Amino acid sequence: MIIKTYSTIIGLTIALLLPIGSARAEQPGIRDAYAEAVAKVGRGSMAEREQGIAALAEAGNPRSLDILRALLDGRLYQEKSTGALVIAEKNAGRFKIEEASNGADLGFAEAEAIGRINITNRIRGELRKLIGQLGLGAEDASARLAAVREMTKDPDQKTLELLQKRSAVETDQRVKRAIDLIFLVRDLDSGDKTARIRALKALQDYDSQEVVNKLNAMLEPDGEGGYAEADADIRNQAKITLHAIDTRIGLYHAAETVFFGLSLGAVLVLAAIGLAITFGVMGVINMAHGELMMLGAYTTYVIQQLLPDSLGLSIFLAIPAAFLISALAGLAIERGLIRFLYGRPLETLLATFGVSLILQQGVRSIFSPLNRSVATPSWMSGSWQINDFLSLTWNRFYILIFCLLVFTALLQILKRTRLGLEVRAVAQNRRMAKAMGIPTDRVDAMTFALGSGIAGVAGVALSQITNVGPNLGQAYIVDSFMVVVFGGVGNLFGTLVAGFSLGIANKFLEPYAGAVLAKILVLVFIILFIQKRPRGLFPQKGRAAEA
Amino acid sequence: MYRILLGNDKTALAVLAVLAAVTVAVPLCSLLFPAGSALHFSAYTVSLLGKYMTFALLGLSLDLVWGYAGILALGHGAFFALGGYAMGMYLMRQIGERGVYGNPLLPDFMVFLNWDKLPWYWHGFDRFGFAMAMVLLAPGFLAFVFGWLAFRARVAGVYLSIMTQALTYALMLAFFRNEMGFGGNNGLTDFKDILGFNIQAEGVRAALLFISGAALIGALLGCRWLVNTKLGRVVTAIRDQESRVRFIGYRVEMYKLWIFVFAAMLAGIAGALYVPQVGIINPSEFSPLNSLEIVVWVALGGRGTLYGAIVGAVLVNFGKTVFTGLLPDAWLFVLGGAFILVTLALPDGIAGLLNRRLKERTA
Repeated sequence: MIIKTYSTIIGLTIALLLPIGSARAEQPGIRDAYAEAVAKVGRGSMAEREQGIAALAEAGNPRSLDILRALLDGRLYQEKSTGALVIAEKNAGRFKIEEASNGADLGFAEAEAIGRINITNRIRGELRKLIGQLGLGAEDASARLAAVREMTKDPDQKTLELLQKRSAVETDQRVKRAIDLIFLVRDLDSGDKTARIRALKALQDYDSQEVVNKLNAMLEPDGEGGYAEADADIRNQAKITLHAIDTRIGLYHAAETVFFGLSLGAVLVLAAIGLAITFGVMGVINMAHGELMMLGAYTTYVIQQLLPDSLGLSIFLAIPAAFLISALAGLAIERGLIRFLYGRPLETLLATFGVSLILQQGVRSIFSPLNRSVATPSWMSGSWQINDFLSLTWNRFYILIFCLLVFTALLQILKRTRLGLEVRAVAQNRRMAKAMGIPTDRVDAMTFALGSGIAGVAGVALSQITNVGPNLGQAYIVDSFMVVVFGGVGNLFGTLVAGFSLGIANKFLEPYAGAVLAKILVLVFIILFIQKRPRGLFPQKGRAAEA
Repeated sequence: MYRILLGNDKTALAVLAVLAAVTVAVPLCSLLFPAGSALHFSAYTVSLLGKYMTFALLGLSLDLVWGYAGILALGHGAFFALGGYAMGMYLMRQIGERGVYGNPLLPDFMVFLNWDKLPWYWHGFDRFGFAMAMVLLAPGFLAFVFGWLAFRARVAGVYLSIMTQALTYALMLAFFRNEMGFGGNNGLTDFKDILGFNIQAEGVRAALLFISGAALIGALLGCRWLVNTKLGRVVTAIRDQESRVRFIGYRVEMYKLWIFVFAAMLAGIAGALYVPQVGIINPSEFSPLNSLEIVVWVALGGRGTLYGAIVGAVLVNFGKTVFTGLLPDAWLFVLGGAFILVTLALPDGIAGLLNRRLKERTA
């Protein structure tokens, strides 16, 4: 877990260290020692490598830390032709390399042209310690925090002194707490009973897996009637501390479940919200809605194929592109099909289902029936480690935010634009709106295009969490219908509430019932719920709703 | 009585005549003439025709609900599959010691899952009579519970359609689970005997085709009679003007419920006849797509005519057989196109088209 945290923070550290680097590199003496050390790391024998590493840490060059980290992560390579050390990042079958000593971009290299610098497990341990010590002096608080966490594992005397010194001058609370934790855990193993009790009391406020493991070990029966911890007072205090931490862990787990539920709900809302508009305004069930999402997902895939080097950009380009493509497809469906079928909702359902079959097979014929995977930009992968017990994955976090943004945007369109006004008027009373001069034909077409476009945008989000394939739409269509039906037709907030509550309910049921059974239970619940409230959670009011 | 059952509807009479001919002639020919003779039908053809018969029966039962009661059920395949599973369970129990693991009591998949005894709901399925009762009762009960809840709450229109779809979707997910005890992903297969006869034998195949055909003809006549009874007329009135019928004083939900349950049982029979002829039943029969396909049979044939559903089911499935053999990629295009074509250009289906032609000629 420590390593995971640490790798997410590398980026930050590098960015913050660079400016200091250029100022210090002026001093010639330091620089020579540094260059010597870099060269030594690249030489053949392990002994020399070890010396080089120690020298590199001593040299005080800010690039040292980057090199040591790259070495630890196995990203440090040697160019076979020149013998120069490079930091390499795998990129689409090739390696993107930069000069290790100064970070200069060297472009791309083939896998055969470079060789990895290998290290032993002993060196790896040494490296961790050195990186920690170097990191402790970093300007950035989160880099220092990462360094302290690195040092938590059996710190030696030198490290402890360093930590103590740091603690005295440390201003950041999180770093200070992390250092305190190390000393408290050490106190726990000391011989002094009062110090141990005091440490146990203080540890109540720390969320640390290490502490939990240690306390559990202390309370373990030793098989001879006693416990691993002989002292009853200490055992009691340990129980109290453990209980306090366990209570908090329970809360963290609940929070995590809520988060997963919200993110699942966000996907459901994204999938259902376009459907809610077309269903609410036009009373039309669009069975091809899922396939419009699929079109959006494939648009993302195609754009990413066109721009393989800039993942982030391709995602941002995909959002409007997917909106446009799906909206145009929706417009075509409405103009070519649905407008001939108004007032016959069941026929519309069948016709749009025909469209969905054709779209599915079309995609299967063009892109092959196999699933395509869409790459996730680096800032969306990984997770946000809040403490040892709570971590939130970034892609789900972004999808949640994205969902809320789309929802707000849609709400604003409906509330503030002329189209929105007309859409609401038609939804409330079609004939009256027509009598007032609203071109209902045009409004229908625009509404359908808008709903379809949002399906496309939802497809972009889906492409980030699941594989893109011809059946993508089918997998979500029943669920999104359920969300619309549960929330009540013609009410966007209903869709939002329904989506999130179904998502959370699903995730809370999953640990007890398993994923499939949870889904079945939710479906059965909705079937029963509809008996009680046939018009959903938030039914549309007014005379038009009776029709 | 004769007029009600056969009437002077020429198209219906023609469909009945063709059905009767196939039902009697094909099994007879395949038994009487030796293989290689021009009049001999291969086991494949006989089973294929038998399968079409069961699909036609399924289409017929949906037409009763959709064409006459106006309920667009998108989960009708669930009843078909339940009937099929009931028959499949009987056939599984008949395998006995001939399974791969040779367990006299437990079907192979249960041995594979390390189960030590038969789940309670598998008891009794070794008896044919009990299994046949379940073929009717399982779908009937599900339809009764679902319909009772839905119709009483006046869930109607697209809402009801979506709910029926959710029902079959939930059942599909459930039957995919190994823990359900219905063979999970693989479903029930490797059948050996039915009533002591080898299920692969040509005679048994011919008999199954004959029974399927007879069931279809019986169901067609029965449904024609049913829709002309008072119950049928009230149901048709509900389709056209539900509130008016309710205001007159009929208990609309009860009429809908009984027709729904009856149709579900017919679908169950179709499923039970289908399984021994294709030799397998698995959860994909519950998939929403399958149920939608039934709807397109009925829509293409012409809803509200009964025989139209039969024509549609046979035509679409014949098309499916041809296309999946020759151009597998094109089948979904054709099926999708059929959905669109029927709703836009042929709202009354083929039956409507034929009737209009007939009327023009007589006029």
